[in-house]
Amino acid sequence: MSDTILLSAIVFLPAVAALILVAVPGRQKELIKQISFATTVLVFLLTLVLLAQYFELRDPATGSWPTLAERAAAAREQDLPNDLVVRYPWISAFGVEYYLGVDGISLPLVVLTGFISMLAMLASWGIDKYVRGYCILFLLLVTGMMGTFVALDFFLFYVFWELMLLPMYFLIGIWGAPSRVEADGRVRGGPYAAIKFFIYTLVGSVLILVAILALYFHPAEPGAGPAYTFDIMRLHSIAQQAGVYSLGFQLLIFVLLYIGFAIKVPVFPFHTWLPDAHVEAPTPISMILAGILLKMGGYGFIRLAYPIAPEAAHYLAWFIAGIGVWNILYGALAAMAQTDFKKLVAYSSISHMGYVMLGFGVWTLMGDPDKWSMAMNGAMFQMIAHGISSPAMFFAVGVIYDRIHHRDLNRMGGLANIMPYYAGISAIIFFAGMGLPGLCGFIGEVFTVLGSWQFSRLLAVLAASGVILTAGYILWTLQRVFLGRPSPEMFGEGHHGDPNALPDLSVREWVIAVPMVIMAVVLGVYPDLVFRFMEPSVTQLIQDLTQTLAQAR
Amino acid sequence: MQDPGLLYVIAVLLPLASFLILLLGGKRLGIVAAYIATAAIGGAFVLSAIGLVRYAREGDLFTASHHEPAAGQDHGHGAAAPAEEPSGGHGTKDGTLVWKGQIRWAAFGHDVIRLGYAVDNLTVVMFAMVTLVATLIHIYSIGYMHEELHEPVHDPLAVEPGEPPLERPGRFPRFFTYLSLFCFSMLGLVLSDNIFLVFVFWELVGVCSYLLIGFYYERRSAYRAAIKAFVTNRVGDFGFLIGLAIIWTTLGTFNFEEIRAALADGKLTGALLTVAGLGIFCGCVGKSAQFPLHVWLPDAMEGPTPVSALIHAATMVAAGVYLVGRFFFLFSPTALLIIAMVGAITLFMAGTIAIVQTDIKRVLAYSTISQLGYMMLGLGVGGWLAGLFHLITHAFFKALLFMCSGSVIHAAGTQEMPQMGGLLKKMPITAITMLVGTLAIAGIPFFSGYYSKDAILAYALHFWQQAPQTGLYGVIAPTLFVLAVGGAAITAFYMFRLWFMTFVGKPRDHHVYEHAHESPPTMTVPLIVLAVLSWCAGYSFGLGQPVIELALQNGPAGQGFTAHPPHATHELAGTFALGAVIVGVVLAVIFYGVRLLSPDEVAAQFPRLYRFLWHKWYFDELYAAALVRPVLAFSRKVRAFDWNIIDGIVDGVAYWTARLASADGRFDFWIIDGIVNLVGEVTYWCGERLRWLQTGRIRQYIVFLVVGTVAVLALLFYVTTLFAR
Repeated sequence: MSDTILLSAIVFLPAVAALILVAVPGRQKELIKQISFATTVLVFLLTLVLLAQYFELRDPATGSWPTLAERAAAAREQDLPNDLVVRYPWISAFGVEYYLGVDGISLPLVVLTGFISMLAMLASWGIDKYVRGYCILFLLLVTGMMGTFVALDFFLFYVFWELMLLPMYFLIGIWGAPSRVEADGRVRGGPYAAIKFFIYTLVGSVLILVAILALYFHPAEPGAGPAYTFDIMRLHSIAQQAGVYSLGFQLLIFVLLYIGFAIKVPVFPFHTWLPDAHVEAPTPISMILAGILLKMGGYGFIRLAYPIAPEAAHYLAWFIAGIGVWNILYGALAAMAQTDFKKLVAYSSISHMGYVMLGFGVWTLMGDPDKWSMAMNGAMFQMIAHGISSPAMFFAVGVIYDRIHHRDLNRMGGLANIMPYYAGISAIIFFAGMGLPGLCGFIGEVFTVLGSWQFSRLLAVLAASGVILTAGYILWTLQRVFLGRPSPEMFGEGHHGDPNALPDLSVREWVIAVPMVIMAVVLGVYPDLVFRFMEPSVTQLIQDLTQTLAQAR
Repeated sequence: MQDPGLLYVIAVLLPLASFLILLLGGKRLGIVAAYIATAAIGGAFVLSAIGLVRYAREGDLFTASHHEPAAGQDHGHGAAAPAEEPSGGHGTKDGTLVWKGQIRWAAFGHDVIRLGYAVDNLTVVMFAMVTLVATLIHIYSIGYMHEELHEPVHDPLAVEPGEPPLERPGRFPRFFTYLSLFCFSMLGLVLSDNIFLVFVFWELVGVCSYLLIGFYYERRSAYRAAIKAFVTNRVGDFGFLIGLAIIWTTLGTFNFEEIRAALADGKLTGALLTVAGLGIFCGCVGKSAQFPLHVWLPDAMEGPTPVSALIHAATMVAAGVYLVGRFFFLFSPTALLIIAMVGAITLFMAGTIAIVQTDIKRVLAYSTISQLGYMMLGLGVGGWLAGLFHLITHAFFKALLFMCSGSVIHAAGTQEMPQMGGLLKKMPITAITMLVGTLAIAGIPFFSGYYSKDAILAYALHFWQQAPQTGLYGVIAPTLFVLAVGGAAITAFYMFRLWFMTFVGKPRDHHVYEHAHESPPTMTVPLIVLAVLSWCAGYSFGLGQPVIELALQNGPAGQGFTAHPPHATHELAGTFALGAVIVGVVLAVIFYGVRLLSPDEVAAQFPRLYRFLWHKWYFDELYAAALVRPVLAFSRKVRAFDWNIIDGIVDGVAYWTARLASADGRFDFWIIDGIVNLVGEVTYWCGERLRWLQTGRIRQYIVFLVVGTVAVLALLFYVTTLFAR
């Protein structure tokens, strides 16, 4: 029972708070922000409680966890108090359940969501337009994201997936940059980016929906009638029986899910919504986008696409890993040529998420499954690491944008002397993004590359060469912002001031930046903090997948 | 203490603690920052000295052994020289003493990554050298960086034409913060028992190097040099990463000892082993500034001079050599040959460039590259002992030379040697200590460099003698030796040129000369200490063999790699070397000492050669044209592709969807709705036309009704008969 309350609270507390905010007068801006912030803090604390609860589940004798599948099956019979699986019928006519649960794969992402939501809400203090609407949408967004990560019913998953879409659309469209016309006559800006984001994701959602329905109506065993199930764990176990899902069917499902999730990650060539959405969105929303939304794509792969269509995933391994490497290099090169600070960070996200796809993709039956486990764990860790470093980078961009009102890298410079603390914090953050050892970005990158060598030497070499490009564009960026002398055109149009009088980090900015910096260091030095509970689940999944495929052969 | 290895762990953590204190303390610490950092590294030195003594006693390091010439040894993979004790042996020595410990750091399935420390004789020696040099340089820096304590600091070098003058806050504590971080990383690198942790610290020392090269980051040249250094090193690390991937995938461990055992079992052989070795070596090429990745080191001289001495001469750049030595068993004969060739090319190329440079620090930078080339050559031809011996002696005399040059720059206010001259009188301590360093690096007998460089030449000659006289080896092996001997002459020449140009002759720039003065004791005392070490570090102190060689030989680190070339080979090589050195010194005396000949005239005689050397063999230009600019151009292409093609397609789809929608709207309005309207209108029109029937007369209606009924019935009848047939 208690886990029902805990999981439900993590998901729905923000929505309830949003409902309460409707009753608060809109002019009480401070109060509204305080309520929202308090909610996100509470949610974050609850995710930590959830983490502690998860450790309670561990068998002290063997040090291993009961798998999510076992717990879910047990919960079908009776609701155990502390198994961290919640199961109640919801729309019985179609077998839809209110069905939540966590394991080592979703839990790090849940905690990350709580963490980044809290910091992003704090970063929202500068928002002055329609504060109540902003906060309501923000909190609904948190509910959507949390729900996506904990839902174990495919229908429920889809509901949360879509739920997150609408608030995001308005948050980018209304609170983002105003519309403007680019040099070549194309219209850009918040409204454009919002529509682009919305339509892109919607296209993906539709494909996911088709996959959900195809699975729903597919027989659970050969010759039987339709399975009529949205139970994700059940779909896993069906997929693990040889011969139920034919390779053709799996390929169909996998491709549908691939496109749906690849748009979110984003994978080339579905990525161009990201630079627009990230650049036009206000800083806190960029943090959420980069920190959490992209991870929903990766999560979809590991939770849904791979376990439900393992043969297809193996069949397409070269394609998945190859596109991942392409993402790394393409994103890094595109980032190198940007002059807009925020757009550069956006393209660096594309590059970094390429490692995630590479780590997922490098599945070969010829080699040692533990090496794939290393790559997969590296990919998962990369998601967490990028979930910390990338919001931090967007935050760093936001700090300077608030002061000089433009993002042109060629018109900055010399900030290291003017804002030394900001420079120091940013250096750590960008080094984390660059994959410097001792900081979080390193672990994901290096493990992914090491794990992918047995799959393909070529891909591993190409992925490794990405570290050169990354170092190039990150150091060049740091130089253009912080080193040298201040640019004479430091301020944006219509703004004037003395560059030497720019204020350093405010207290609120310190409070936002320091936790991310600390996490970047802690995870870089001691990644076992995450691996400890993530690795067993990932390795379990890999064993299951490898076994499934061995049976199918 | 239970485990003496913990001494070393604490020694590593001391600078880390200092780094954290300085980081949090920040600017307000002032000069106290220097005291904290110096105390930390000094403490590390004391601990490592205790460790050295304990290890030497327990591991029986300094027992003299008569080295037997190992005949027919395969380069590098020969057997260890049998230890033959003539008399008074110090007990048995099995050379296996290692203090170690490790923790489980991460695991994936059955694969476990364990990280830890291991102290063997190589660690002990490296640790002692690094902590000693670092401590001296910390003390020296208190004097050298004194200006940074004043507010504000004026930096004329950061001002480009047309810019306002620069006043900036002093950065004294920050300098020591970075130094502490560097010391932590460097010591960690030496202490690691596995290649993964080495890689971690490898990158960390790289970052410290980046931060310190770019210490004067207002200067365009400084931040460019910093970026260049880091990116060039990353090119090497790219190879390192591939080496790691091969090792991990095939052997499943990163631990040096386990890798050594696995390799002995033949678990990784053939071409893949060579590639793994070359991958790791690629990292060493970057870090130790070997050809073709040497280009960053001369530019790195933009950093403050103590940094050049510590990081870019004595310790970090030697890390590449250290790693080749530490990981010696990984390199296949092919890999070793390539290492030797890279070393030989590097030492010759850098030496030739050093001849014509006029910036005192740049000469020393090229000399560092050249000496690192010697070490690589030594290792590559199988001289494990010689290469690492030279690493240690070089650390002392090169740190000394850089610190002397710093003292000169500090006093003279310029780095250009043509503006100096005659400084001997003004700064005698600096001049004399620098002369000691010059004698040592040039390889003059009785100075440390002589012994270590001689050893390398002996191995190179031995390699030539042992190698097949035909085929590829028949060409390469003699070339290696000839380049090494030629390099010795060049070294002697450019080093004496440097010393003569700086300290003797008439003062060439009156202002500089007037300005010059001897440095404060914080700077000169470290010079004297290092000068003593540069002088005697090669001595045997009655043990029959240089003590550093003994310490390296009598432990587990180089087991199997410490065979010596035959005595005759050693003597022959020594003769060649001495001859070369004499030629170099004599030429330097003729050109720069007594000025019998004018170097300018010689340069004018060979304008092309001079330009070639002045432009450093055009490497920078080549890389800019072949790599940097193409990559940047290509990245702009990618951006344009993304914007025009990918995003263009997306926008195009949106545009055409909108066009389609509008066409659909028009179709709907004109065609569909048009048809509906047409039907309506036709109906209306018909209605209009038929209105005249609507007369209102009953009789007329009945007539219509009857006629209509009859007509319908007739039609029905006709149709039914038609179908009935």
